[in-house]
Amino acid sequence: MSMMDQPLLMTEGLGKSYGRQLGCRDVSFNLYEGEVLAIVGESGSGKSTLLQLLSTQMAPTAGRVCYRMRDGVTRDLATLGEAERRFLYRTDWGYVHQDPAMGLRMKVSAGANVGERLMAVGWEHYGRIRKSAQSWLERVEIEVGRIDDSPHTYSGGMRQRLQIARNLVTEPRLIFMDEPTGGLDVSVQARLLDLLRNLVAELGLAVVIVTHDLAVARLLSHRIMVMKEGRVIETGLTDQVLDDPREPYTQLLVSSILPA
Amino acid sequence: MNAPAYNFAYLDEQTKRMIRRAILKAIAIPGYQVPFASREMPMPYGWGTGGVQVTAAILGPDDTLKVIDQGSDDTTNAISIRKFFEKTAGVATTTTTSEATVIQTRHRIPEAPLQEHQVLVYQVPIPEPLRFLEPRETETRRMHALAEYGLMHVKLYEDIAHHGHIATSYAYPVKVNARYVMDPSPTPKFDNPKMDDCPALQLFGAGREKRIYAVPPHTTVVSLDFEDHPFERYRHEAPCALCGATDSYLDEVVIDDRGGRMFVCSDTDHCETRRADGHRGVQPEALA
Amino acid sequence: MERANTAMLQLKDAAKTFTMHLQGGIRLPVVAGVTFDAHPGECVVLSGPSGAGKSSILKIIFGNYRCDSGRVAVRHQGNVVDIAAAEPRQILDLRKNTIGYVSQFLRAVPRVAALDVVAEPLIVAGVSRDEARERAGALLRRLNIPERLWMLPPSTFSGGEQQRVNIARGFLPDLPLLLLDEPTASLDAANRAVVVALIEEKKRKSVAMVAIVHDDDVREQIADRVVDVTKFAAVA
Repeated sequence: MSMMDQPLLMTEGLGKSYGRQLGCRDVSFNLYEGEVLAIVGESGSGKSTLLQLLSTQMAPTAGRVCYRMRDGVTRDLATLGEAERRFLYRTDWGYVHQDPAMGLRMKVSAGANVGERLMAVGWEHYGRIRKSAQSWLERVEIEVGRIDDSPHTYSGGMRQRLQIARNLVTEPRLIFMDEPTGGLDVSVQARLLDLLRNLVAELGLAVVIVTHDLAVARLLSHRIMVMKEGRVIETGLTDQVLDDPREPYTQLLVSSILPA
Repeated sequence: MNAPAYNFAYLDEQTKRMIRRAILKAIAIPGYQVPFASREMPMPYGWGTGGVQVTAAILGPDDTLKVIDQGSDDTTNAISIRKFFEKTAGVATTTTTSEATVIQTRHRIPEAPLQEHQVLVYQVPIPEPLRFLEPRETETRRMHALAEYGLMHVKLYEDIAHHGHIATSYAYPVKVNARYVMDPSPTPKFDNPKMDDCPALQLFGAGREKRIYAVPPHTTVVSLDFEDHPFERYRHEAPCALCGATDSYLDEVVIDDRGGRMFVCSDTDHCETRRADGHRGVQPEALA
Repeated sequence: MERANTAMLQLKDAAKTFTMHLQGGIRLPVVAGVTFDAHPGECVVLSGPSGAGKSSILKIIFGNYRCDSGRVAVRHQGNVVDIAAAEPRQILDLRKNTIGYVSQFLRAVPRVAALDVVAEPLIVAGVSRDEARERAGALLRRLNIPERLWMLPPSTFSGGEQQRVNIARGFLPDLPLLLLDEPTASLDAANRAVVVALIEEKKRKSVAMVAIVHDDDVREQIADRVVDVTKFAAVA
């Protein structure tokens, strides 16, 4: 069995309760390289809690999350030391926040934003760092002439694309996205989705994307998990779940969106 | 008036002991910022309260103290600190670098090479080199703990991107003993190489920020840089107008209201010693 | 019996019912007992009136609709995979390497040029971008899509043009099983003829096809076998 046949991210019986309040319960799935998994549900469904558990920003109260590291060894993420965890975050993982200001350093230039991860893993050649930043700006369709500008001068869509470039520069294998198109105008969303779709395919990225927007899920994801009240109530191929929803709640979600 | 008005060197013995413990820890972990219970001193923050407390804690009756401010022994700040210790500790003071056993400094390292029996005490306004880009203290501590220093290069990257070269000219970050990144206090980067493998003990005190850190004698201190933009010392390209020195750090002095200026050694003791040895510079016409 | 072993696709008692929870849980039976084969180089045409479940059957085979019971066996890289029981990951792999689907309507991604829409399945399958685009262009030309449109997103095209882009996208990759849902519906005679020719070529390449066509003329030209879907009508 080759590496590619083994899951990259695995969860077993994952759960989180805040005292008596339930965050999410009994989530189990495997994610493979090149696979995009959308977690959909409304506010309070537990999808954001789940994302935080998966990305180790929060410790689960039940179950576990395992990840196949770059050396091929699958590790329970709860056993990683803080240094290892943070290294994973800077290299093999990415996290795209809904609000780009959360994921960017707003005080430094776009180039430095993209270059930071490279410098964090020991790149000490300015010319090479800059060249890499330039090529990533191009890939996310930001004019290279804007490389020394602060993200403050960027539009919302550009900031979001910059955040994506900043994440991808170390060629991570897994990206977490939290409502990446959330605060954007519809036309800007379309461009971003198209860009994400291409990058994900080209780079063979595994993605866990949390969204309440089923159109985003349809366009980007291969698989979908529908969450309600902290549980996964339906899961499967994205087009299957959206075109042939089985659960009453999923049918309600699907019927609530306007036809494309 | 026989009863001493002050305890030796102003601080009480318990406080000095507390500061010495912090200093010992700082020496044991070169470049690491040790928190300490900084006291109120009879001078405002920004006037070297951190350095004064460190000096007070290490000073003994046999010590000879020198105090410099930007290289000069005779500025208000240097004089008042010198007088402070003359009065509260009764120690001998000097302006001659080679005669001093303890040198408290603001923003300079003397030109004369330091010796093994000397201690250099720096006054530090902001001890945290990462603060420029990461304002959260919890996060910067974690970054130090895990030696995550990519952010320092982000700062240097910004310099080159905006100025074409590393424009940081003072408080230039260094890595101590191949482990901790440290702010050398706002000394000009010209002085950075003097910190490396220095025979003297270097202590850093930040009073308002309540931190002490240290570079023990003969410790490696490397200025951060890029392979293609290596660290460079900077000095004005001129000899000292007073002593003719071509290897010392120079201050630019405006001498008239027509743009006339001259460059003189920032280290006044160094300059005076050279002149006493017969060295002469070329004075600008305005003064001649 | 020997032929059965070589079937590319084998449906056995496949059934599908929709349960409409938002309408008080009423059950809408679509099809039941769906049983037929498709062999390499053969085009099976499903016939029956509108609403008989022809499109649903194609969607079940493609994995777009879940199969409630029965078996949908597809040959896939030397193995037989039952779509009715397959993991999402397997179905994705099947769609990449084995099953192609030309739907009635193009689900266009905004902003993507027609040429890239057509080339994409080849690129996903590992063909270089340049070669994929070249082959995509050749097929678009054959389907009479003027070159000036190639770099535009098909969402701006007319219905007939969109459908031809869709046909090109479906026919371009060399997949051994092709599902065709009214591929000629809004085409003129010339383009219908091109599609018929494309289907002939696929047959010569031993591709198995399941098609829905309303045009009697086209059906006569392409059908090797007609399966009457009305016999699979589900009883509520």
